Amino acid sequence: MKEKKENLSESSSRRNFLKKVGLGVGAVSLVGIAGNSVIGRNKSKSGKKIKLLSPDGKLVEVDKDDIKPAKEIVAEMKSEARKGLTGRKFIMVIDLAKCKNARKCVEACQEGHMLPKDHEWMKLYLLQDDHTTARFWFPRPCFHCDKPMCVSVCPVGATYKRDDGIVLIDNQRCIGCKFCMTGCPYSVRVFNWKDPKVKLPAGQVYDPETGIPQVEGTVGKCIFCADKLRKNELPRCVSACPMGVLYFGDLLEDTVTNGNETVRFSKLMTDRAGYRFREDLGTLPSVYYLPPTQRSFPVESGLEDSDESVKGRYKNAGPR
Amino acid sequence: MFGNQEIMLTEKKLLQDLTPEIETTGIRWYITFLLFFLIFCVGIYALIQQIEKGHIVTGMRDNVVWGLYIVNFIFFMGLSYAGALISGVLHLFHTGWRKPVIRLAELLTVISLVIGPFFIFFCIGRLDRLPFLVIYPRIQSPITWDVIAISTDLVGCFLFLYLALIEDFAILRDYSDLHVKPWKKKAYKILSLGFTGTEKEKKILSNARNVMAAMIIAIAIIVYSVLAWIFGVTLQPGWHSTIFGPYFVIAAVFSGTGLLIILMWIYRKVYHLEEYITKRHFVNVGVLLTIIAAFYGYFTFSDYLTKWYGSIKMDSMLIDKLFHDYYALFIFANYIGILLPCIIIAFPRFRTIRNITIAAVIAVTALWVNRYIIVIPTLETPFLPIQDTRPDWIRYSPTWIEWSLTLAGISVYGMLFMLVSKIAPIISISEMKEEDKIEIMK
Repeated sequence: MKEKKENLSESSSRRNFLKKVGLGVGAVSLVGIAGNSVIGRNKSKSGKKIKLLSPDGKLVEVDKDDIKPAKEIVAEMKSEARKGLTGRKFIMVIDLAKCKNARKCVEACQEGHMLPKDHEWMKLYLLQDDHTTARFWFPRPCFHCDKPMCVSVCPVGATYKRDDGIVLIDNQRCIGCKFCMTGCPYSVRVFNWKDPKVKLPAGQVYDPETGIPQVEGTVGKCIFCADKLRKNELPRCVSACPMGVLYFGDLLEDTVTNGNETVRFSKLMTDRAGYRFREDLGTLPSVYYLPPTQRSFPVESGLEDSDESVKGRYKNAGPR
Repeated sequence: MFGNQEIMLTEKKLLQDLTPEIETTGIRWYITFLLFFLIFCVGIYALIQQIEKGHIVTGMRDNVVWGLYIVNFIFFMGLSYAGALISGVLHLFHTGWRKPVIRLAELLTVISLVIGPFFIFFCIGRLDRLPFLVIYPRIQSPITWDVIAISTDLVGCFLFLYLALIEDFAILRDYSDLHVKPWKKKAYKILSLGFTGTEKEKKILSNARNVMAAMIIAIAIIVYSVLAWIFGVTLQPGWHSTIFGPYFVIAAVFSGTGLLIILMWIYRKVYHLEEYITKRHFVNVGVLLTIIAAFYGYFTFSDYLTKWYGSIKMDSMLIDKLFHDYYALFIFANYIGILLPCIIIAFPRFRTIRNITIAAVIAVTALWVNRYIIVIPTLETPFLPIQDTRPDWIRYSPTWIEWSLTLAGISVYGMLFMLVSKIAPIISISEMKEEDKIEIMK
């Protein structure tokens, strides 16, 4: 899968990679100027070269004309984050038969996005439809719906749908009206009720693709690790899952991978009778579930290792 | 029907009766105003706390993201639209008895409309980014519809009130016995826009008022429907209802009519307007309240019946919550709050001014509670169960911050009414002296 992806999107990913380097340079020269000639645009050159330090510590030469104020670079990055990776349609498949509430996805997500401990973009539910049916663990990322209610109701365009299917939030635009939170039927979105006290790592600027830093009074949610995808890497939760529960891939390529095995998406859906949560709501999620048949673990094992605060959540879990 | 006796009232008598409140201000006025102001200050302190520490100081959490603020917002906006409907309808139909109370209805409209949006400001996480609503508007969002609708309504209602006031300002300007400070006289001169009372001017003014009356009725219906759609368009159980537009409009008129009765009672008592606002007015507005209560009760009943009778899981869970956790509030809002006012007003033997006012107080309070149990229980019943150990994440309970800001809103409401009554006559002199006579029912 990885090789395939690499081949398909090599040219675009290299371009993007170079662009990132260019951006990094912009961020390093904090005084407010940076070069992005490395992007390789055809523009008139003055011939005057300026030496700059790249993020990896190398001294690079940049044409003077290509130096832009950092403000513009941020704006460009944001417009890039609004467009997304063209020609892709990201999907996730969650195999409920393998989940045992190990919570590694939650931890990796919180760490990767520098979230406060009480913010869970990935949430683990213990569900049961009826007392006659089985209980099962239910990891819930953002579903990145194709008909996203949250995007429809946003009054300022702070949350948006990209070409690659990802729904992102620009928390520098978000006014915190929380309409998207009432709009989302999956309780995906979390609000920063207080200052999350996140310090942006040096040399980094806010990017909706990382969601760092979260800002008080704005909304946050799972963003499918759009920053990782741009680097052709798997989302953090997918790499972190020890059970290989989470598969990630591209609908157009018809392939998904959990890091270990790479499978045909359509075949997986047919063989395992994959479904989407609450299809009746018509939001067309990009996240698919495989029913918890022939499980790897009994459902109770999910409560064994977790601490009391986690166990307490599922005390009243039952048929609803 | 009411054993009427026509009394000729001259402008002079009207002015003598109505201007003292503009000329002098009693100590009780100051004490009440100070009291309101203190409550307002507590609210400001609460707001500062909220801005400093973040919305964590409120009772709102990730499931119940809208709390008391939104309840107050839809409540005050409802009062406003009701005022617009009542004053518009009474004006257009030339209802004879409207004259002493129409100014109150107009004031109620504008003052509620000024207060309402502030609760949205309290609810928004980033108040500093409020201009984004205008800078980056997205027309798909019902909030944008609301921004457009409310601002239109605000302009419309202000105009309607002002058009009604011009003639009064002109009368006060020309009243030589008016003992007020020079700035007030000057204000009347400016505000009356040089109105002298010629036939032509009267015609223009009357035409403008008719047009505005018709417009604000339409705008009021549109605006409150849009507000209802903020809830209606979502997929949430209990909100996702086609009935919500008309249901909210009726609910609004219900609360507004109730508040009008309360205001009539207060002004009648405090400003000694017994001669002008009579039992007849209370009975008439009360009957209006009863009719609207019947409609409102019918809407409420049919909305809950369909949810209760069906087997849709989310609806059943919501109904279950309403009948258990919110039992007392549900009974009060949807049974007592609708039936009791109807009973009090429907039977002539209960119809005293005091009883009708009590009925109105019950109606208005019940409607506020009704808004509460529309907003909160739905948010406590998400599609995915709330699995959390933090009690405040599971069940919403408003904090003192939210209550103080709510009370601050009410106190500003009071203060604005008190201030306006010191500038403009609370009963429209120009309306009353129309053809220089008035019917007074004894």
